[in-house]
Amino acid sequence: MWDYTNKVKEHFLNPKNAGEIENPDAVGDVGSIVCGDALRITLRIDKETNTITDAKFQTFGCASAIASSSALTEIVKGKTVEEALKINNQDIADYLGGLPKEKMHCSVLGREALEAAIANYRGEALPPELTGRLVCQCFAVTEEMIRKVAIENHLTTVEEITDYTKAGGGCGSCIPEIEKILNDIWSVTVPKDEAKKTKKLTNLQKIALIQDVLEKEIRPNLQSDGGDIELIDIDGNRVVVALRAMCASCPMGGVTIKSIEDKLRELVCEDLKVVEG
Amino acid sequence: MKQIYFDNNATTPVAPEVFDAMLPYLTEYYGNPSSMHTFGGQLHKKVEEARFKVAELIGAEPEEIIFTSCGTESDNTALMNAVEVSGGKRHIVTTRVEHPAVMNFAKHLARKSYRSTFLPVDSLGSLDMQAFAKALDDDTAIVSIMYANNETGVIFPIAAMGAILRERGIIFHSDAVQAAGKIPINVKELPVDMLSLSGHKIHASKGIGALYVRKGTRFYPYVIGGHQERGRRAGTENVASIIGLGKACELAKGDIKNESKYLSGLRDKLEKALLKNCPDARINGDIQNRLPNTTNISFEYIEGEAILLRLDEQGVCASSGSACSSGSLEPSHVLRAMGVPFNLIHGSIRFSLSRYNTEAEVDKVIDIMPALIKDLRALSPFGKQK
Repeated sequence: MWDYTNKVKEHFLNPKNAGEIENPDAVGDVGSIVCGDALRITLRIDKETNTITDAKFQTFGCASAIASSSALTEIVKGKTVEEALKINNQDIADYLGGLPKEKMHCSVLGREALEAAIANYRGEALPPELTGRLVCQCFAVTEEMIRKVAIENHLTTVEEITDYTKAGGGCGSCIPEIEKILNDIWSVTVPKDEAKKTKKLTNLQKIALIQDVLEKEIRPNLQSDGGDIELIDIDGNRVVVALRAMCASCPMGGVTIKSIEDKLRELVCEDLKVVEG
Repeated sequence: MKQIYFDNNATTPVAPEVFDAMLPYLTEYYGNPSSMHTFGGQLHKKVEEARFKVAELIGAEPEEIIFTSCGTESDNTALMNAVEVSGGKRHIVTTRVEHPAVMNFAKHLARKSYRSTFLPVDSLGSLDMQAFAKALDDDTAIVSIMYANNETGVIFPIAAMGAILRERGIIFHSDAVQAAGKIPINVKELPVDMLSLSGHKIHASKGIGALYVRKGTRFYPYVIGGHQERGRRAGTENVASIIGLGKACELAKGDIKNESKYLSGLRDKLEKALLKNCPDARINGDIQNRLPNTTNISFEYIEGEAILLRLDEQGVCASSGSACSSGSLEPSHVLRAMGVPFNLIHGSIRFSLSRYNTEAEVDKVIDIMPALIKDLRALSPFGKQK
């Protein structure tokens, strides 16, 4: 159950400006039925004053998508085209008293529709956020969209990008690329994590630490099951071990090796590979 | 406003008889069945009576029933057990439409040097028996296939698959959480080695489940500790809930044929009226071979969460396979596995009934749905296509 504000509920149950303006001065179409939400906004614009005099929407989507569309049309009415372009997704969310973070993409969709409509009115090409190279194939999200939404909303994690654009929320294969984009945008602030990863150990320190972790963290657990482990060799990042006692005949041996590797990676360094010798 | 609860595949209300049966064991008789004193020890007998009733629902022997904390624990235990006792075999076969309790455990094992095969289904949600036979090999430790699907209600050919598996000596587990109590199950005639049940789907309380393990099947416990459940599932017995589950099974068994007829009558009435009064709607799943209480209907051009919340506004509880209502952005894995087009998945609604639903409730939903659907379609950019 989503935690929607009363304002979201109000705009979902009794949406304002639903429908389509006949012979509109501007049309913006974004999203698709496959992605699970789609929005079409039509505008009436007074050419003398460059003011939006009427706005209507049609939305295929969940309650917050419908509410965001309704809110957007209320916000833009009476604004000049230039003022309307300054509206961002947070304005839409704020108008509704906030959206659950997983639903922020509904507010982003609204803003994109508005931009598309204004581009249409001005006879300009669609903005690159809608036409650029796709990073997320599942939800058709471009690199430009990810960059823009990340910068405007100060998003630093992949989860936040997914909440705001859905990118990365499908098969997940684009997550490394989203991470790269985020690193690129926030490269000044990210080194905290980088520093941890690149913590350099000398070979001697590494060997000592591996031995220590094996001895204190891993052997006791194995021994409590009647098993044991012996360290055979350390060759660069290759840690050669032998499973002994009960472990040697255990059908879960592969699992054991993997869990030892996970532990060593967690506590020593991420590049280690554990193999049975 | 009175709730109309049509979401019984998610959970069910506790039957009043079950509540009455449980209550004394939450108040007066709070002892531990393992105790030596009479106050606690007498509960052991009550637990065994409940075990007998659970066994009876599925034609099992009482000693073949292990009480667990839920359906998920039963499923996890069955899979883990099979890989523990099958002598180094590393292959798990299941389906693409399984409950997460099986599917994600199979994925979990696949990350730990096991192999998992997820069998496809056809557009009606039925299993491809050829793919099933082909998937088996000498390394297969267990086949785990649900008895009936929670989203569509489609029933799987457990007997036919079990016959093949028995011949090949492969352990067969079935997640019967949705089927038990809704359709007759008799493990005496069914070549299945393990079967999962859940209390809260059949009017017992949440937090209680059971695992049937056929006599002669090797078993290694998953929850390890004390000697409870004859060493097969440690942890102090959830006495009140166990007694409640026994009562719920007794009630389900009592009138399963009539109840099934009652439920399918209500379901069919609802389904027919909705198909007739709402254009561009269709049923998902094999209508010839379904649980009597379940219908899964797609309404084109609109999104499921919006339908659910409009229903909620009128006091009607249902569920949806749409992405927005799952919280994961991915729409129903079951409907996707069936190849249902995305526009229909996003607009899918499941109604699941129980013995406590009435014809008047069905009539109310029949009454409100057409206008609700029409209203949402008027908001949709795709709604005008027809």
